[in-house]
Amino acid sequence: MSSAIITVEHLSKSYMLRHQRAERYVALRDVITDKARGLFKRSRLAVTKEEFLALNDVSFDVQAGDRVGIIGRNGAGKSTLLKILSRIVAPTKGRITIDGRVASLLEVGTGFHPELSGRENIYLNGSILGMSRAEINAKFDEIVAFSEVERFLDTPVKRYSSGMYVRLAFAVAAHLEPEILIVDEVLAVGDAQFQRKCLGKMEEVSGQGRTILFVSHQMDAVQRLCNKGLLLHQGRLIGSGSMQQVVDQYLSSHASSSATFDFAPPPAESTAAAWASGLRLENQQGQSLNEVPIGGAWQARVLFTVHKRTEGFVIALGVSTLLELPIRTTWSSPQTVEPGNYEAVFLSDGIHLADGQYKLVVGLSAEGRTMQYVDNSAQLTISDVSALDELRIVNTKSGLVINQMQVHLTRIA
Amino acid sequence: MGQHRIILEPGSADKHYWRDLWKFRGLFWFLAWRDILVRYKQTVIGIAWSVLRPVLTLGVMAFIGWLFNSNVPAGVPRLLLVAAATLPWTFFSTAFSEAANSLIANSNLLTKVYFPRLIVPASTIIVCLIDFAISLAIVLVLMLVYRFTPDIHILLLPLFLLLALVTALGSGLLIAALNVKYRDFRYVVPFIVQFGLYVSPIAFTSSDIYTSDRIPEAVKLIYSLNPMVGVIDGFRWCLLGGQPIQAQGFLLSIGISLLMLFVGIRYFRRTEKTFADVI
Repeated sequence: MSSAIITVEHLSKSYMLRHQRAERYVALRDVITDKARGLFKRSRLAVTKEEFLALNDVSFDVQAGDRVGIIGRNGAGKSTLLKILSRIVAPTKGRITIDGRVASLLEVGTGFHPELSGRENIYLNGSILGMSRAEINAKFDEIVAFSEVERFLDTPVKRYSSGMYVRLAFAVAAHLEPEILIVDEVLAVGDAQFQRKCLGKMEEVSGQGRTILFVSHQMDAVQRLCNKGLLLHQGRLIGSGSMQQVVDQYLSSHASSSATFDFAPPPAESTAAAWASGLRLENQQGQSLNEVPIGGAWQARVLFTVHKRTEGFVIALGVSTLLELPIRTTWSSPQTVEPGNYEAVFLSDGIHLADGQYKLVVGLSAEGRTMQYVDNSAQLTISDVSALDELRIVNTKSGLVINQMQVHLTRIA
Repeated sequence: MGQHRIILEPGSADKHYWRDLWKFRGLFWFLAWRDILVRYKQTVIGIAWSVLRPVLTLGVMAFIGWLFNSNVPAGVPRLLLVAAATLPWTFFSTAFSEAANSLIANSNLLTKVYFPRLIVPASTIIVCLIDFAISLAIVLVLMLVYRFTPDIHILLLPLFLLLALVTALGSGLLIAALNVKYRDFRYVVPFIVQFGLYVSPIAFTSSDIYTSDRIPEAVKLIYSLNPMVGVIDGFRWCLLGGQPIQAQGFLLSIGISLLMLFVGIRYFRRTEKTFADVI
């Protein structure tokens, strides 16, 4: 006997893409003129339509009490999957069986009306999310306390700051008590403190044995909250299992496992005075390095060609997380360069990054004008093999930078 | 847990649709409540609009009737005759246009939460019922002013109100569903309302049409196909008495209204699942 609370079998969702159509909606006029045209030219209609599979033959089970993180890049089909499970859109193929009351939170503050007061919106939003009036009454004080907007309960929400708005909206949603909770990326809003509070609330909810389906780009949040993972790629389910395993698979799907990265050649009409052709990661001895051990030294060698004499030339290397959070940028000092082939070597210093993958961004500019900007070609992989002498507690949860501060421990009494 | 089992499959008719509709009745009332609360927010005269609008419409329509010297049954003041007609007409026209535009106006809900979509257009009609109650009070005040005592027929008024509601809901649902896919219907709505104002017996009476020698029979038949003719004649009969309504025309009105409701619900239900995809 299976205790699956959600069973998804061969689920597909297709959309018809209309090309050469600027309008978001179909006007009857177009249908009539197209039909009329179609009478004479059958082929034209066929060319303008293309089937797009947002989800392609996806099957999985969710057991009661599981907290499932759904990850994947933009456009992988995560949101479509949640919309189908929430019954907002209908599947094209396949079958889904859900055994329990579902509440979905695809947006914070769905149905909030700007003219209504905070109090009125709690009732409205609660009922939209599927709570009965009695349930809302019972939880009203808790919701207000969680949202921290007591003083403004009778103010129209259009006068709220965006932070207050989000807090109130999340507070309502956090007090839903369904058997299955579907959450889409809602933690991306609000300040850090409130995000922590939300995450804590969700952990509390999941601790009560409820089933949660959670989509997020914040790997840390997903890892903290979820025990099972699903990895989607271009509408297909390419990985499932424990959350850690799926996150690893996701991160390595970005990897090029290479030390040499070639940049795109300049476009044909380009008049850029200088252009970088590629980047190589090396150790201090100049040998190429696919993965940098944690705490180890590395250098990036960028090759570039100068086509004409350039004043105020600067080359820069940036390091950012895969989630586009910049960590640091290093610029060369401005100088005049003559035509020729060049290389720039960026040496790592004593700042050590935690294990994981990072993006390397290369920029060439002259007197403040950008000539080339490459942010999608090179990656830096810091492996979990340690190059440090001492054993330290090092993981992504301790921070992106693993260098330690000084600590002085003194008995004062 | 069994009673919550949901099976989602393409094309399968939702067996629990009507049960779901009942389960979501709380949302129905909340949406209606929201519309009422929001209606006159940030207006100076607020709720007075609910009085001013029907009074002005009534004044203009009575003036037009007086200008063209349309027939008035003996013993009935012209103002009351027109008031008994503007009452259901205003209800129908607002209910119809609100329902027709309701899905577009609530598109943010449609793409983010599940509920039987029928709730949205249906809840807008509640607001119109409140406006109707205010207008009815105005008519009753007018009757007091004219010292006009209605007879027992007034008890049948809810029946005709129901007929107006069915007509508005049926046509509103159809246009609302079409509106999601073809925004052309947004422009059709005000046209239908404006057109209806002239082809419905508001400034004149149905007997003006039926007893006229100048109007061909075919035109009289087309005239009687308008379901609001039956509703307005019914309202006049209930409030003002006079000659009984023609059974034939009345049955035709009921038939057409029910047909519209049937077609409206059917089309709405058939396209409902794709609303979130195309809106």
